[in-house]
Amino acid sequence: MAEAATKKTPTSLWAKHAFFEKNSIWLVIGILIVVAIGGLVEIVPLFYLKSTIEKVSGVRPWTPLELAGRNIYVREGCYNCHSQMIRPLRDEVERYGHYSLAAESMYDHPFQWGSKRTGPDLARVGNKYSDEWQRQHLADPRSVVPGSIMPGYPFLARTRLKAEYIAEDLSTQAELGVPYSPEMVENALADLRAQADPNADADALDERYPGAQQRDFDGNPALLSEADALIAYLQALGTMVDFKLYDDKANVR
Amino acid sequence: MTQLSSATRQENGGSGATEPGVDQSGRKKLTFGEGGLAFVFAVMTLVCITVASRAQDPGYAFHAYLSALASVAAVFVILNRYVERPAALPPLEIAGKPNYNMGPVKFATVAAMFWGIAGFTVGVIIAFQLAFPWLNFDLPWTAFGRLRPLHTSAVIFAFGGNVLIGTSFYVVQRTSRARLAGELAPWFVVLGYNFFIVIAGTGYLLGITQSKEYAEPEWYADLWLTVVWVTYLLVFLATLWRRKEPHIYVANWFYLAFIVTIAMLHLGNNASLPVSVFSPKSYIVWSGVQDAMVQWWYGHNAVGFFLTAGFLAIMYYFIPKRADRPVYSYRLSIIHFWALIFLYIWAGPHHLHYTALPDWAQTLGMTFSIMLWMPSWGGMINGLMTLSGAWDKLRTDPVIRMMVVSVAFYGMSTFEGPMMSVKAVNSLSHYTDWTIGHVHSGALGWVAYISFGAIYCLVPWLWNKRELYSLRLVNWHFWISTLGIVFYISAMWVAGILQGLMWRAYTSLGFLEYSFIETVEAMHPFYIIRAVGGVLFLLGALLMAFNLYMTIRQPDAVEADTGARAPSLVPAE
Repeated sequence: MAEAATKKTPTSLWAKHAFFEKNSIWLVIGILIVVAIGGLVEIVPLFYLKSTIEKVSGVRPWTPLELAGRNIYVREGCYNCHSQMIRPLRDEVERYGHYSLAAESMYDHPFQWGSKRTGPDLARVGNKYSDEWQRQHLADPRSVVPGSIMPGYPFLARTRLKAEYIAEDLSTQAELGVPYSPEMVENALADLRAQADPNADADALDERYPGAQQRDFDGNPALLSEADALIAYLQALGTMVDFKLYDDKANVR
Repeated sequence: MTQLSSATRQENGGSGATEPGVDQSGRKKLTFGEGGLAFVFAVMTLVCITVASRAQDPGYAFHAYLSALASVAAVFVILNRYVERPAALPPLEIAGKPNYNMGPVKFATVAAMFWGIAGFTVGVIIAFQLAFPWLNFDLPWTAFGRLRPLHTSAVIFAFGGNVLIGTSFYVVQRTSRARLAGELAPWFVVLGYNFFIVIAGTGYLLGITQSKEYAEPEWYADLWLTVVWVTYLLVFLATLWRRKEPHIYVANWFYLAFIVTIAMLHLGNNASLPVSVFSPKSYIVWSGVQDAMVQWWYGHNAVGFFLTAGFLAIMYYFIPKRADRPVYSYRLSIIHFWALIFLYIWAGPHHLHYTALPDWAQTLGMTFSIMLWMPSWGGMINGLMTLSGAWDKLRTDPVIRMMVVSVAFYGMSTFEGPMMSVKAVNSLSHYTDWTIGHVHSGALGWVAYISFGAIYCLVPWLWNKRELYSLRLVNWHFWISTLGIVFYISAMWVAGILQGLMWRAYTSLGFLEYSFIETVEAMHPFYIIRAVGGVLFLLGALLMAFNLYMTIRQPDAVEADTGARAPSLVPAE
């Protein structure tokens, strides 16, 4: 230390660092510049590149019921143990299905890719199991998968879905760029109820949300429950893109 | 404290007009800060009650009432403090020596210990839940999905955050030889930050979360944290401006980088649009792949700046101080500082290998993560070599042993991290418990140990005691928790690599060999070993809390002036 100090001359590059050590504001400005660069280079292009903003046929915004289910998925912290991102690796593609596309989560505010697979990936869990399986599995996971370590969520099927503000959710997302039309926002609550009611008119719902599945997801017609919404969301996961028609050469990764 | 202040009041009697808090005739008056803050909190009370009355969600109403209550309490405390205080504000110096403001530091130290034990306990609970799922009790607020963010936030932000705020307020005063800037502002930072923790933690239990890992609190908690954080930066800077030394000490560079960068990351990652002021729910502005990139730009640099830069600052003050040796190399600290903060920001995409993020971004993330190995080890070398000439203290002083081992763990984790960021390795390790093991070798070994070391140093200094109650207990703490860490990380290495290999195992006929549930069942023994490791780590922390409590209860040191034992630091010359 002392040695370094004596060696220092006013022209030494090391001595110039004193500028930052003596001026707190320049130190702060220096830090800000240095830490801004990496993020700018990595993040900004993602808003312009073809592969990250390209639309893929079939991908549509969540229906109001699916969105309500997605909010339950977020609320219960499912992302802590389940990813929604299939990597293009042989075993993953065979286990879970086609690798995930950027476009498939383009309307996800926030994304749910996850970082841990304590349980399996859910990116393409839609239509893989029956509603009845999902219902039982949510209420008591070990009744259908004996070795499971998932918590039970029996309260979902008992809890009425609070959906009276769902139109506000849609309009907020519309402001963020999700293509919810004024008509969709206006009919949000009606669409939400219609999707969980097998006797309701399905045409209007299907026109607004092509391919939306309509039925009583929790098997209890007396109650529009949180399980209805969550199962509707799970059954829709990864089902929007038809990979028989998808051209992977067009979407350069 | 009161005696000192009244002594100076007499001293300053003639020049009272220029002093804040005193009017022309020398009578006490409300300072702008006191009046302004009391007014702001009074308005806050009304706003919170209005919001609570129309809240769309009971959990949100609870938070609004809690905030209203806290605001009323703040008004009361500010006014009561005004009534109780002498006319003149505490002097900056007494008899030529800085009149340090250690109250907020003491509070943060105690809060850190409290939250640490709370966070470790929740960690042990969720570790056992993974081994024995009936422990989830099938209730919403006891399920793993809600408790896991409670654990991560409690240990990172509540424990780690209080350690960082407390030590930074201590270090910036000591190395600047100046009193902390502001009278209410430091308290606002410390109390406001802990209130944020309460809102965040209770929010998770009530299901209020935006699901961004390590940034789960909703929009209103984020806004509050922004106010607290800006105040924190201002207090820190304004204290630097009072410094008697021409140079800013190296630890303070790291604290500054931590405060400034966390502010940037927090604002970028939490940009969101609330559904309504009466709803806790908001939607993040970013979506899909952009959101993933922003999240891990934030997430990895919460590691880089919160859990690394901030704690390196602790290393740069407390290790030289405790070892009574100067920092090994000034030049190394300059290179290490700028290289570390420049490279860290790029490393985020290594959390997104093989995802829908473009390949070039993944490769950039990997490349910079590998380069990051060098400044990380530069820091480790600077910390370890500071002991040159004092290595014997490893044998005699368990506190310094704890800090040195923490730097060794830092070196290990910062080797493991770059290795895991290599795409080929990551294809195996990602999504498995190897990541959890890696995080905990850094979190338990590096962050917690350097914090424990700093707190063991701080408590006798702050409460004016000669030494800790028992160094033998520190020794026990060290060995019990080290054993716990070894159990934890070795179990997670085996679990993670095993699970990664099982996922990709094929039979000779070309079929996947294991169903997913078989790979879950294979984790069971390792989850138990991990939980036992966690219990040992928690036990160590309980010993520490007892030791600190007994230390504070000891009679005061005879030589009342701790300033006489000022650090033998050589401030970066």
